[in-house]
Amino acid sequence: MMTPQDWITIVSIVMAGFAVAVGSIAPALGEAKALTQAMDAIARQPDAANSISRTLFVGMAMVESTAIYSLVIALVLLFANPLLP
Amino acid sequence: MDALTPQVWIQVGPLGITETVVVTAGLTVLLVGFGRVFTQIGWARDALEVIYEMVEGMLQEMVSVDVKPLVPLILTQWVFILAANLVGLLPIVASPTRDLSLTAALAVIAFGAAHVYGFRAQGFAYLRYYIQPNPIMLPFNLVGELSRTLALALRLFGNMVSGEIIAAIVVSLAGLLLPIPLMLLDVLTSVVQAYIFGVLTLVFTASAMQVATKSTPDTLQGSPP
Repeated sequence: MMTPQDWITIVSIVMAGFAVAVGSIAPALGEAKALTQAMDAIARQPDAANSISRTLFVGMAMVESTAIYSLVIALVLLFANPLLP
Repeated sequence: MDALTPQVWIQVGPLGITETVVVTAGLTVLLVGFGRVFTQIGWARDALEVIYEMVEGMLQEMVSVDVKPLVPLILTQWVFILAANLVGLLPIVASPTRDLSLTAALAVIAFGAAHVYGFRAQGFAYLRYYIQPNPIMLPFNLVGELSRTLALALRLFGNMVSGEIIAAIVVSLAGLLLPIPLMLLDVLTSVVQAYIFGVLTLVFTASAMQVATKSTPDTLQGSPP
């Protein structure tokens, strides 16, 4: 017999996986796009490689933070779930 | 497995002193001590000054404001966050940046720095930053300010805690030597995240320092002839 607590646990675990899976699609595409553009720019202007890669690093970290948000949500669901005692 | 809350090491009455407090206090003493000792030794002081000037030149390339007053803040953030991230590689201690309280405190420092340096650079005129490009944007700018501070805290926290959890899971699944490549990746993440935290603080602070004082030409241009 499944109690409501069991259901909450099951749904939380499934949704934690779902959050990371769906939440990492868009940042992955965005980072890939940024990387290809940066490679393109470096191939055209090798002199500017330093400043391009620096900007790329910072920009990628900002794009990646969207994926990190979904990871944090997943971690909250798994380890600090407010609905579970 | 309690991954999100830090361990309480010492219990003083109702107040639990967590691992984060102990480790960061130790790191602070250690870093300040190194600084005191190395500035007394001639050659070490020279080397540190060369590094300092190199960093100053590097920061100056990124923004258009004068970075001289900002270098101590950014460099302190880099050194402290890097040390805090990497101390997790030692046995027993976990890196204190996996505690959301610490990263939130660091983000609040970055948030305050933008206001302090903005005020120092141009008095209360720096508040004009909030009504750019026009006053309708005020609520968006306020939300942006809050969300970027939150993002700063969550980014560092999320990166560090994910590395730690992955290493813990691989250890429990596979054994002793397999997590080493993951730990190397974690070292890379630590360095990059420390760098990014400093650079973002620099960018935010610089944007508060260089509020364009061209509101008059804009209105002149916008008004009909």
